[in-house]
Amino acid sequence: MTEMLLRALNITKRYGAFTALAGVSFDISKGEVVAVVGPNGAGKTTLVNTLSGLFMPDEGGVMFEGRPVAGLGASALALRGLARSFQLVTIYPSFTVAEMISVGAFARAGQTFRLLRPSATCRREQAQVREVAAAFGLEHRLETTCSALSQGEKKLVDIASALTLRPRLMLLDEPTSGISSADKDRIMETLLAAAQRLGVESLVLVEHDMELIARYATRVIGLKAGSLVADMPPDAFFRDPAVIETLVGKVPHNALG
Amino acid sequence: MKTILAFLAVLAAFVAAPFALGPYYTTLIIPILAYAIALTGLNLLFGYGGLLSFGHAMFLAIGAYASAVMGAKLGVRAFEAQLIVAMLASGTVAALIGLLCLRYTTIFFSMLTLAFGMIFHSFLFKFYDLTGGESGISVPRPSLFGASFASMSKTAFLVGPFYWYALGLFSVMFLLMALIVSSPFGLALKAGRDNERKTSFLGVPVFKVRYVAFILSGIYCAVGGAVLAVSIGAADPELSYWTQSGNMIFIIILGGLGQLFGPIVGAVSFTLLQDTLMANTEYWRFALGAILALIIIFAPRGILGLITRALEWRRR
Repeated sequence: MTEMLLRALNITKRYGAFTALAGVSFDISKGEVVAVVGPNGAGKTTLVNTLSGLFMPDEGGVMFEGRPVAGLGASALALRGLARSFQLVTIYPSFTVAEMISVGAFARAGQTFRLLRPSATCRREQAQVREVAAAFGLEHRLETTCSALSQGEKKLVDIASALTLRPRLMLLDEPTSGISSADKDRIMETLLAAAQRLGVESLVLVEHDMELIARYATRVIGLKAGSLVADMPPDAFFRDPAVIETLVGKVPHNALG
Repeated sequence: MKTILAFLAVLAAFVAAPFALGPYYTTLIIPILAYAIALTGLNLLFGYGGLLSFGHAMFLAIGAYASAVMGAKLGVRAFEAQLIVAMLASGTVAALIGLLCLRYTTIFFSMLTLAFGMIFHSFLFKFYDLTGGESGISVPRPSLFGASFASMSKTAFLVGPFYWYALGLFSVMFLLMALIVSSPFGLALKAGRDNERKTSFLGVPVFKVRYVAFILSGIYCAVGGAVLAVSIGAADPELSYWTQSGNMIFIIILGGLGQLFGPIVGAVSFTLLQDTLMANTEYWRFALGAILALIIIFAPRGILGLITRALEWRRR
């Protein structure tokens, strides 16, 4: 029995009369790469926002490491080991890559309120920044301003900044959106290798690209109209035409290979 | 390193100024130093924190009144003691209203700070016994490091010991701010400005970071206000009026928002500009407004931004 990290229990989230999530339950254990799939409006982002404590569910609850996520606040949750990224790439345009990555390093070390020491002279945190950058292949970019990076690099810096917290569980909302299909594979590979190297125990990712899911996920969770309609390993998922029809509509045949 | 060199250049200019300009103009430089101190603090909140306060003249006035009440009503002439009381009073007020104002950002934050500034302005008018009402309180000459300089004329005191004291104070406050903006705290503050949600998911308690910045900015404004009160010889309620807050914002934008040297460059330029315009046209407010509009449209990084661009252009 592997250790359980996150438990979603019967979570329901409504926006007025519209039900975005309807009684969704699942557990996420150590060592899993969980892909969340479903058509637009299925509730994928709402799910990620609820799991990360950003939204309070109307019913049910989310537990991380056996303790409820609700009311904890984003920064406390992140420090406790549940990190996330956002659908749109979020970088600080004027920061260098090193500065962007160091924000989390200082937070993790409890140094955010250190006022009178230049951050560049904090050796221990800067060593961590270099280590994280190296895991993402960004070590030659440390002094580059974030706004000058390519779209793919921005995505990587965005995720790297969160992984500096060395989370146990990382939630990624469409990590490859806005990336050309030629680069998607490389980004995903870099990201997974870096996550492993930095000790992340499980990943949950909202993803549309079936080929990427077939290649990298260890489990697929399917949402439709706010309900959980599939929760299975990828090979079972891709062998079930009814489930695929419901969730994706069509499948590139090479993903079934 | 670049910061230290630039600071030394600024310092050299201020050291040379009294010798080059004579007493009259030197008395005009003390308010520049006072504003530079205050705005260095406001720039932390506004430039680095992205929180536009329309009420920070209140903290300037708290500093001025702390100095005046201590000197005129309580007979405490030591300027060091006045500064400590100014910082404590301002820090306490900032800690209280910061709790309310920082629950909001953007225009809502600005309007709340404006509201508190107006409340404080009317408090200064109404509580006559403490504040002297409309006419304010005149500020007796303080002692500096225990020396009272009683034999000096007012001008000699201001352009002599007090000028150097104010310059020293500015230098200390500026260098502290240079450390603060490059510290992990400074990074977290800027990160929260650029993207609050992302930053909180990086483990940064954004509210607390802003709260500390708010209190620090209040303390800086109070120190500037105390220096200002001595240089003009009085603390009066107009110091806390909202147009004063507007001027403070104008000066920061003129100099260069979110840049360490923005406030000092802004304070020097503003004083020169206002002096020149007032001497030459009765429409000086119109001209100032037009200049602000031009700066925002064509030089959003202020005069400092123009200087940086010119230097880069020459290097090419």
